Amino acid sequence: MSLRTPLARVRHLGSAKDGTHHWWLQRVTALALVPLLLWFVISVIGMLGADHRSMVDWVSNPVTAALLILLIIATFYHAVLGLQVVIEDYMHDRVARMAVLLLVQGLGFLLATVGVISVLSLLF
Amino acid sequence: MSADRRPLSPHLQIYRPQLTSTLSILHRLTGIALAVGTLLLVYWLAAAAAGPDAFHGAQSFMGSWLGVLLLFGWSVALFYHLCNGIRHLFWDAGYGFELPQAYTSGWAVVIGTGTLTVLAWVIGLIVI
Repeated sequence: MSLRTPLARVRHLGSAKDGTHHWWLQRVTALALVPLLLWFVISVIGMLGADHRSMVDWVSNPVTAALLILLIIATFYHAVLGLQVVIEDYMHDRVARMAVLLLVQGLGFLLATVGVISVLSLLF
Repeated sequence: MSADRRPLSPHLQIYRPQLTSTLSILHRLTGIALAVGTLLLVYWLAAAAAGPDAFHGAQSFMGSWLGVLLLFGWSVALFYHLCNGIRHLFWDAGYGFELPQAYTSGWAVVIGTGTLTVLAWVIGLIVI
């Protein structure tokens, strides 16, 4: 016998009202990062010791810029979700935990924005 | 022993690590390391956007012994987290839960990480 109401059961959102959203996006971004990272590692090896001219040529290719932006978004989304779990596991003080979570999420958004704008400014 | 005094598992002083538990905590540690490593990625892109001088500085740093050390650590962490992440995705899909399978996939991750790291650096050093 379950103590949950039929409505709560069909909504599948649980007590956190979040359902599997966090878990699912962690997997979706992981899946996206597999091909993106293989492409990125191969590309970075090609850019070892490159001068500014060839870096600009590489990033200003629309395909490169698109893949770089997707890589940045997927990476930071995945990283922030992952760090959130680590923080929630080890930090037990509610106020400190909330503060660190907000700091990590804020830093993640900030760095992702700097990365995307850098790519865009090289593209245009 | 009352319920609140029981040791939490794993109780690190008496716990004998196995391949599976070691790989498990390494996944978390490499994840944290890679999150810190994103600073390097953003620095590299922002330096390129800032201009030739800043980018030259970034490329010189990556080529210094500290830069190469950081890049090497980043590559090991990346390949490990990538290989073990794929192992996790198979578990999420419901495959590979038997103990012998978990050990086989675990050793595959160790071998895969080593192979990819060596491969990347051999190719990288030939390119330079």
